[in-house]
Amino acid sequence: MQEQNTTFTMPDFLPALPEMFLLGAACVVLLADLFFPGRNRGLTWLLSLVALAGTAVCVLALEVGEHGVMTFSNTFVLDQLAILMKLAVLAASATVLVYSRHYLAARDLHRGEFYTLTLFSTLGMLVIISAPHLLTLYLGLELMSLCLYALVALNRDSAVGAEAAMKYFVLGAIASGLLLYGMSIIYGVTGSLQLDEIAAFIGAQEERHLGLVLALTFVVAGLAFKLGAVPFHMWLPDVYHGAPTPVTLLIGSAPKIAGFALVFRLLVEGMEHLYVDWRDIFILMSVLSLVAGSVVAIAQTNIKRMLAYSTIGHIGFLLMGFIAGTSEGYSAALFYALVYVLMALGAFGMILLLSRKDFEADNLDDLRGLNARSPWFALVMLLVMFSMAGVPPTIGFHAKLAVLSAVVNAGFLWLAVLGVIAAIVSAFYYLRVVKLMYFDEPQDNAPLSGGIDMRVLLSSNGIAVLVLGLMPGALLTATIAAIP
Amino acid sequence: MLTDLPLLSLIIWLPILGGVAVFALGESRVAWGHRLALLVSLLAAVLGGMLYAGFDNSTAAMQFVERTAWIEAFDAWYYLGIDGIALPLILLTVLVTPLVVIAAAQSVRLRASQYLAAFLIMEGIMIGVFAARDALLFYVFWEAMLIPMFLIIGLWGGPNRVYATIKFFLFTFFGSVLMLVALIYLYRQAGTFDLHTLQQLPLGLTEQLWIFMAFFAAFAVKIPMWPVHTWLPDAHVEAPTGGSVILAAIMLKLGGYGFIRLSLPITPDAAMALDWLMVGLSLIAIVYIGFVALAQSDMKKLIAYSSIAHMGFATLGFFIPFMIVAGGETTGARMAVEGGMVQMISHGFVSAALFFCVGVLYDRMHSRQIGDYGGVANTMPVFAAFMVLFAMANAGLPGTSGFVGEFMVILASFRANIWIALLAGTTLVLGAAYTLWLVKRVLYGEVANERVAALHDLSRREFAILGALAVAVLGIGLWPAPLVDMMSVSVSALLDQVLVGKL
Repeated sequence: MQEQNTTFTMPDFLPALPEMFLLGAACVVLLADLFFPGRNRGLTWLLSLVALAGTAVCVLALEVGEHGVMTFSNTFVLDQLAILMKLAVLAASATVLVYSRHYLAARDLHRGEFYTLTLFSTLGMLVIISAPHLLTLYLGLELMSLCLYALVALNRDSAVGAEAAMKYFVLGAIASGLLLYGMSIIYGVTGSLQLDEIAAFIGAQEERHLGLVLALTFVVAGLAFKLGAVPFHMWLPDVYHGAPTPVTLLIGSAPKIAGFALVFRLLVEGMEHLYVDWRDIFILMSVLSLVAGSVVAIAQTNIKRMLAYSTIGHIGFLLMGFIAGTSEGYSAALFYALVYVLMALGAFGMILLLSRKDFEADNLDDLRGLNARSPWFALVMLLVMFSMAGVPPTIGFHAKLAVLSAVVNAGFLWLAVLGVIAAIVSAFYYLRVVKLMYFDEPQDNAPLSGGIDMRVLLSSNGIAVLVLGLMPGALLTATIAAIP
Repeated sequence: MLTDLPLLSLIIWLPILGGVAVFALGESRVAWGHRLALLVSLLAAVLGGMLYAGFDNSTAAMQFVERTAWIEAFDAWYYLGIDGIALPLILLTVLVTPLVVIAAAQSVRLRASQYLAAFLIMEGIMIGVFAARDALLFYVFWEAMLIPMFLIIGLWGGPNRVYATIKFFLFTFFGSVLMLVALIYLYRQAGTFDLHTLQQLPLGLTEQLWIFMAFFAAFAVKIPMWPVHTWLPDAHVEAPTGGSVILAAIMLKLGGYGFIRLSLPITPDAAMALDWLMVGLSLIAIVYIGFVALAQSDMKKLIAYSSIAHMGFATLGFFIPFMIVAGGETTGARMAVEGGMVQMISHGFVSAALFFCVGVLYDRMHSRQIGDYGGVANTMPVFAAFMVLFAMANAGLPGTSGFVGEFMVILASFRANIWIALLAGTTLVLGAAYTLWLVKRVLYGEVANERVAALHDLSRREFAILGALAVAVLGIGLWPAPLVDMMSVSVSALLDQVLVGKL
């Protein structure tokens, strides 16, 4: 496909068109924002949405064959999987922008930095998704992470925010260090940074190279940090809690898709021959995440912290797809990641909707009596909560079904049983949210905030959880088609 | 012509969409909501009538079949169809729901449109369970039902409703997810969720035992069997009248239906191997729970325990055929299963009627304690007549529907083992004891207090509801043939498959 000439040839720029467009657009937003006075920040918002939409158009306009195309000396790949994930990431980021505007405007946070940093971190995610090469992967990861660190500290007067940002940065940097160290050992053993060559090298070996197992351990630890799997999850509740809610919304949504891409590219495309080794670590992490995610969340009174532990539980399910070690399992994990993002957007979006000037609706008690205040949005939140609990007819059920089915097929019936038991335990705290909304009387009767754009999108978010749950076929087929 | 319409889809989705419409009307237009809800539930009943009219008694094959691809990735189909086992339960559902809607107009004030919407959506989902021919579709309907019921108990229930509804949800969810794992396992063996294929799938005894236990977790909790019945009295006591009615009349039947539709045909050898357990638990339900019912001082709790005892007859009828056949008899087996089915339908009407009766009293006195009543017959003679009729039916008096099912099951049990029949027969004493004692304490004697003296008799609406149920109870009791004929061919076909086994 690619000529390996010693003479310089112009690379094919086309597959990277979306990234280039987004980079340019983010710079335009950065510059343009300087000329918008404070009250016209809406223009920055609009421009950022246009940038994301334009990037999505670029992605859609690209044609790739069954095997995808490589470019830039095999350091950039665009395949079906990349296209699907990029569209999902862009949609999630755009949703974050729509949900956040009102909240930011009501506080002193409505600055251009939020938009540019969001765009740049989205760019980082797109790069991760398209990385067939360790360097590209790392580059994308750092671009995404650095922007997120800065975003957590967006509210510079908030002590909790600063603490969260510090924790996130230090632990994130350690994780990156572990990952990088693992990568360097891989390079030392295999002599290549390119994932398919690494895979070929490992596959050709008769005996398992001990250095590779060492490298694998570091890589998996680094990945687990980024994903927030137990026992590398300590940062997650604090960051979710401490960050301004729009940033929590961002961290909780699109990066999970990038996290899937990270694991898939590194462990499946690069080190599938070491499947048995990383599988065992994943089993341990999955079990611990399921237990911690479901049990610890019960004790939380802050809804952002509760959702943070719920995320950990969901990561436990997502890892199950990888544990299965089949393409069916990987597509189930991808499906789970996409569905999780949809649900997380709805849940955090609801917190943003309930917050208003000088009031943060981040305690569980703030949801009290929502059904009396707004039956429609109570229903939306109800659907999201039941979806997270995995109750049909919502999409969350099919996500759980897909991963459970994959692990049962791989012979891990006990893991499936453990998974459903964790689902029962976690159902308790999702039910508690529904209980607060429906069975308790409201404490404050202030009208809900949020513009019409947010209300419409949040409503569609809730409807999507239900409608996709009734007809999950198309999305499932798309995730299966994306993974060869 | 009738078969041209997708009747089953209509009867499932019409109430669900109707429920959404009633919800959308909102609380400010609740009068319209009532009319719309009544219209929708009556239309569903008409559709049920069309199903009955078009149903062919002489075949065990699935009828009114609809089959469309649903989720290709799982090879799951939107596959509907009914046989003689599903049809009576669907008819029960469409007949009871309009009564709940009618009753709501009088007794529910708070968020009435949400109440009606929840019941209509419930109706569609429950019919979906009975009509599903695909295991995944079955499961989706089965679980989806929990959401409206959770809200019904929690929103319109009594003082301790939150505890009751969360207990209800977690108990049933626990059973269901284990069933899900079993279904996934079966799907992995068969490559499809089609129930008919799963019923033919060869399975070893060990596999069958595990799958049977997983199904047991789901269905025994739902029906409910001792010792996993403890959610039911709580849920019944706290639920609003309509919630209790639907819970007792239809939701419990789903557990029995699950045993017949999944446990027996998919794991026949495990069912045979464990028939002693199932029969034993059924007898415990009949005898022990009968005594427990005797000790209750809360009317709803008493009826709830009586429900558990009556459902014990259904499970006894479903699992005793193995013992009958082991004894060399073959004729009694069909009678046992039919008796269990008739018992389920009959109990649907009788328990609904009794809960409506308690609702009538509760609306007036706001108390469920038996001790607060006494001499009600003096002030509410018409009501007393109805309540005595339903109490008799609950006690299994000949001429009422309660007699038919119990009689069939006891008669069949004699062919298996006389002691089982004797133990089952104690219900005739115990059932009569707790029901008639309830009637005696509530209805008869001197007028107990001023509040009882101030009671006024049934409104026209209440009369219509109880009258309709009385017709059903007497109808089945005096002329059960149409009901039995409807199911007999399907039951025979089921037994032919189950008693042969898979090994």
